[in-house]
Amino acid sequence: MTHQILLAGFGGQGILFSGKFLAYDGLIEDRQVSWLPSYGPEMRGGTCNCSVILSDTQIGSPIVSNPDILIAMNLPSLDKFENEAVAGAKIFVDSSLIDRKVAREDVEAYYIPATKMASDEGLSGLANMIMIGYMIRKAGVMPYENVEKVMAKVVPAKKQDKLALNIKAVELGYNFE
Amino acid sequence: MAEKVLMKGNEALAEAAIMAGCRHYFGYPITPQTEIAAYMAKRMPLIGGTFLQAESEIAAINMVYGAAAAGKRAMTSSSSPGIALKSEGISYLAGSDLPALIINVQRGGPGLGGIQPSQSDYFQATKSAGHGDFHLIVLAPASVQEMVDLTFKGFDLADKYRMPAMLLSDGTMGQMMEPVTLDMGKVTEYDKSSWAACGTKCEREHNVVNSLFIQPDELEKYNFERFERYAQIEANEVMYDEYRMDDAEICIVAYGVAARVSQNAIDKARENGIKVGMIRPITLWPFPKAVLNAAADKVKAFISVELSMGQMIEDIELAIRCKKPVLLCNRTGGMIPTTNDVLSKIEEANNIGGDK
Repeated sequence: MTHQILLAGFGGQGILFSGKFLAYDGLIEDRQVSWLPSYGPEMRGGTCNCSVILSDTQIGSPIVSNPDILIAMNLPSLDKFENEAVAGAKIFVDSSLIDRKVAREDVEAYYIPATKMASDEGLSGLANMIMIGYMIRKAGVMPYENVEKVMAKVVPAKKQDKLALNIKAVELGYNFE
Repeated sequence: MAEKVLMKGNEALAEAAIMAGCRHYFGYPITPQTEIAAYMAKRMPLIGGTFLQAESEIAAINMVYGAAAAGKRAMTSSSSPGIALKSEGISYLAGSDLPALIINVQRGGPGLGGIQPSQSDYFQATKSAGHGDFHLIVLAPASVQEMVDLTFKGFDLADKYRMPAMLLSDGTMGQMMEPVTLDMGKVTEYDKSSWAACGTKCEREHNVVNSLFIQPDELEKYNFERFERYAQIEANEVMYDEYRMDDAEICIVAYGVAARVSQNAIDKARENGIKVGMIRPITLWPFPKAVLNAAADKVKAFISVELSMGQMIEDIELAIRCKKPVLLCNRTGGMIPTTNDVLSKIEEANNIGGDK
């Protein structure tokens, strides 16, 4: 089983961190993992994306050109990557920031107002993890029971006060109807 | 067995250098390798090592010369334009028979170029890393684990043969994270007392580290001796990896990130019944000539996949004595060939000979 995941949005939304979260789950589960950030000039205020591959077999290219899971956290990202997703891909859209629907009919689209939910719940800046929670529920990339264990690894020692908030954000996304 | 950790290539490489006994790092920031310097800045003071951000790339390589001349394991890192600046110092290291490790996390060129991954410094690394008759040992990692293993190996080979070695990586390898084991085994210690300028304690003659030989016959003698050592390296230190070559009729040659993309394309082509495999050079110098030449008697075509306008392809043609056609599949300027780019080229190679 291989998941080719592309996470994309603005710099500052925690795109790289949410990718890292998935990568750490792969590490804990002893799967093959690669995590590759975009590091171009576009990071400074513009679009930012991150390729994550989780696989049970050896990973070739670490670059995800044709994702089977796409998380889009702004309109430019959806515009740029919608057509790159494979047929049957699952596309997750932050509907509080993107006011259009996914145009393709051969993919499964999921909408969640993650940024609005984050600010309503006092989880400002954690829309990324709400998206991840919802994605885990719908795409089953990692077992939900791993969330706490993985989060403890991926949240840096100096920021452990953020641990509970991050877990809460994932939980919120996971339980979104 | 050490625990697996998730690390960025640049940081894993830096930690591997420390584990290899490097306590002297001199650098100057440039994307996409700055994490190496940042990591060294954090770690070196904690272990009694030296991290020094020099005033320029040129200063940094000459500080490496100084530390290496004193018999210490020393390293510098940069990216393409910065390596060009270091080329004079690299030649001096070679001319003085000094071991050191130079890291090039390549970006697009020429000139200031761009900051995205590239392999367009192949010629520079393997043919002309500086002026004069010399070679570097050039190692090309294709995973974060190899960033670690080849850093360790690079220091060892540099000491073993008393010459500078280069890790020729690229922005992808530097920036990506993969699980990695930092289980390096024991560092081999080399006795440097016969040549290193590490203090006589008034007990022996001075050791002189120098690359200036005004008498041409003397300079020629040193060059001949150095090339005898190079011949040993070509005989003993070639490293490569084979992927699905057993029954291959087409042989891809690729290193670094290009090899990773090629692996996907090979798997796809094999699903379509095309017999294709890969020989991945791990040492770019010495280049795996013999295995390629042997493959030329079995396959009908080669494909060089590279992030340049076609540099390694010349070494492939030389290695196989132009016995078979070599196609080029390339992107440049910071672009990376996609799996489909490579797949199309495999199909083109498969049609050679018109027997399909």
